[in-house]
Amino acid sequence: MTLLKTKVGRRAFIKTSALAGGGLMISFSWLASCGPGTKEAEVLAMPDEWFDLNAYLKIGENGVTTIMCPNPEFGQNVKTSMPMIVAEELDMDWEKVIVEMAPFNTSLYDRQFTGGSQGIRRSWNVLRMAGATARQMLKQAAANAWGVPLEEITTASATVKHEASGQSATYGELVSAASKLPTPAEVQLKEVKDFTIVGNSKKNVDARKIVTGTPMYSLDINQEGMLTAMIVHPPAFGMKLKSFNADSVKDMPGIKEVFSFKTFQDDYVQNYFDTNTFPELVAIVGNSTWEVMNAKKALQAEWEPFDSYSFSVDAFGNKQTREVPAGLENSDSHLTAMQERASGPCTLLRKDGDPDKAFSSAAKVIERTYTAPFLAHNPMEPINCVADVTAERAIISAPIQAPELIEGTLSARLGLPLDKIEIVMTRMGGGFGRRAYGHYMVEAAVISQKVNRPVKLVYMREDDMTFGVYRPTYMATYRAALDENNQLVAYHVKAGGIPESPLGRGAANRFPAGAVDHYLAEEWSVNSNITIGAFRAPRSNFLGGAEQSFLDEVAEAAGQDPIQFRLDLLTRAKHNPVGEQNDYEADRYAGVLELVRDQSNWSQPQPGVHRGVAAYFCHNSYAAHVLELSRENGKLKVKKVTCALDCGIVVNPDAAANMAEGAIIDGIGNAFYGEMTFRNGVPEKTNFDRYRMIRMNEAPESIDVHFVKNEIDPTGLGEPPFPPIFGAVANALYKSSGKRYYHQPFLKEGVALG
Amino acid sequence: MASFTLKINGSSQSVEVDPDTPVLWVLRDHLRLVGTKYGCGMAQCGACTVLMDGYAVRSCSLPVSAVGDKAVTTIEGLSEKGDHPLQLAWEEKDVPQCGYCQAGQIMNAAALLSQNPNPTDEEIGAAMNGNICRCGTYTRIKAAIKTAAQTN
Repeated sequence: MTLLKTKVGRRAFIKTSALAGGGLMISFSWLASCGPGTKEAEVLAMPDEWFDLNAYLKIGENGVTTIMCPNPEFGQNVKTSMPMIVAEELDMDWEKVIVEMAPFNTSLYDRQFTGGSQGIRRSWNVLRMAGATARQMLKQAAANAWGVPLEEITTASATVKHEASGQSATYGELVSAASKLPTPAEVQLKEVKDFTIVGNSKKNVDARKIVTGTPMYSLDINQEGMLTAMIVHPPAFGMKLKSFNADSVKDMPGIKEVFSFKTFQDDYVQNYFDTNTFPELVAIVGNSTWEVMNAKKALQAEWEPFDSYSFSVDAFGNKQTREVPAGLENSDSHLTAMQERASGPCTLLRKDGDPDKAFSSAAKVIERTYTAPFLAHNPMEPINCVADVTAERAIISAPIQAPELIEGTLSARLGLPLDKIEIVMTRMGGGFGRRAYGHYMVEAAVISQKVNRPVKLVYMREDDMTFGVYRPTYMATYRAALDENNQLVAYHVKAGGIPESPLGRGAANRFPAGAVDHYLAEEWSVNSNITIGAFRAPRSNFLGGAEQSFLDEVAEAAGQDPIQFRLDLLTRAKHNPVGEQNDYEADRYAGVLELVRDQSNWSQPQPGVHRGVAAYFCHNSYAAHVLELSRENGKLKVKKVTCALDCGIVVNPDAAANMAEGAIIDGIGNAFYGEMTFRNGVPEKTNFDRYRMIRMNEAPESIDVHFVKNEIDPTGLGEPPFPPIFGAVANALYKSSGKRYYHQPFLKEGVALG
Repeated sequence: MASFTLKINGSSQSVEVDPDTPVLWVLRDHLRLVGTKYGCGMAQCGACTVLMDGYAVRSCSLPVSAVGDKAVTTIEGLSEKGDHPLQLAWEEKDVPQCGYCQAGQIMNAAALLSQNPNPTDEEIGAAMNGNICRCGTYTRIKAAIKTAAQTN
């Protein structure tokens, strides 16, 4: 048994009843009426009284239990999976659980952040402790009542038992007494083999609301006295507001106010996630969305190119100055700029052995260059925020992945202390990294403050798509040296991008580093005024495709099976690793390759089925795919994707498979179609008519997801299956056409699906 | 501004709006029926799909003045108790990730099944191709439609 001190998140275990009636706890506006998995007919009866055992859960006298989900939900299933972990250690009956979104309160909850595939991994112990602590208190209450030793008491499915005396009681019967007990200083966690909830698929707790259209998203909020606001931003990166004519629209129907504003105060030192593409905007505020939309289209405004400028950033304590270059950029010149820069001096990231010598004496050298474009996130729910700001306080409801990273920004801009700012984390209509950047919350708050009314800021799809915070464009050149025995003896990656390199933050230490005697990794970058942000598996989402396509070609040049080629390298990395800080476990990496090889029947190729394999490690997890392409009536189809994942313990297997399926479809779509281009600074795609997204006809006919079974604490899952699918697509395309694809989107290279 | 009386989910609702106002915004802003979602505003993503006399239409691009006396059904009115076979199948297959597009997907699928109770995979693909799911739940959507078709 694991004995865990209730030290982490200790404040969460201090009795919260004092908070229950006031402060930030008032934000539960959407009480669930039925528990997870219950049918409409089986609505749980609300208890007469709730007893808080800690900030994560409360139990009613009738046994119904509310479990809080601390992290923002954007489709990754945390709102179901996180409470499952609490319920597991509580020994709860899942049918009697109600799940609520927790308030944003960093003094009660750890790391209320959705990003980096770290939610379950980083909260695993805290969530287990929350359940185990409450269970311990219920057991103690029973021991006290029955006069028996605590050690002799057991729990199962929301019931406490004392076998010897035959006594038993439900959690509901015990919770009043339990809630008066002190929080135990340490608790025992269950053994993984005894889990009954974790590892057993549970339905999405919000499914009923989703399929019935029940309001959950911030765009759905209608509040008394609320006005609708939209922003008008410069039409091009490199431009700023010169002037606007409020009179051109202020008499239009329903329009209340038209004004310009700066998102941040002039001397503000931005934090890392304050990315503020267009510092000055025009706001149009009115009665209804359609009326404001019409005024937005009619507004007369003039824009002008800006001069280069710089601003200060406090990147988690590291003060930086960021330069924003002037200029109206073009996609064509981006490519030229990257090619030129890549031939200049680079930053050395890692060097093992003597790569120069190894390449010069190699029997065979393969060199290939890969590129990928800027990408827009395009979450289905456009950027929006509801802000209600008064002189005393602010209530900001928003789809936000990183509330903790924007609260200080809001506080500074509004001139309100943190404890007067309440952030409500609404369910997000997708995010993919875009909603880690909460500038829109500041914009909504500033507008609300100015008009002194609650305001719903709505980005039109065109605003959402043209506002920046994109996935950067990247370029990487790989070289491999084979000796006369077709062994990989040297490997060189030189990668960069606009405005960041994909190789930073340790990616240079990933496979095949550690498996090759002579290894060199270098990076470069070209600055830009086009803003970027995290996009599902940042940087890896390019490397996973480029590197895995390259290894496929190297394996072929070496005359080897692409899976066996990788496995042989991993064997080398395990038994005789090269260098230090190799950022992967060779056994687990090999494990997903072996699993995908077996599950895809790799050894039995089918005529007319063209297969590509790829694998990658990022966000602490391992993923491998085999993608099968075929041609039907002259059209290319993805028939099947077999996916193998090692992310440790899988909390909610069917939902985890769903997320992997989504990552695979997302990756196939972006590999073929995803691209944002620029002409004179203007984003050339503004809506889904020109920004091509993958659709049902192009999705794989079937996706088969397999998890490596182990008892390792869970690691990331939202991102790891995404990067390697780009490589699997490219490698299968090669098998189907005899042509290698190096430049995303592959549509531009003349290939499409369906 | 003009007055319109609309048949929505089986009841008559009157609104005073500009005749060009898309049905989407009449539903969301004026009638507070927010289950129908805004995604693109140009009939490219299907998030705003509602039924008009049983046919799927993109409410973001349908002016309120064009509705006349046709019956509009939104996700809130698809079934009385949220137990339309598609709604139940969506739960059974645990389809949603973020969930934002799913009302539009379900409404579009409802129109498909009312016209073609047993669609093939190809027919499902063709009918659903106007509905984007950014999370990539397409394989589950297809499975749920087939499940609903079997139970219908």
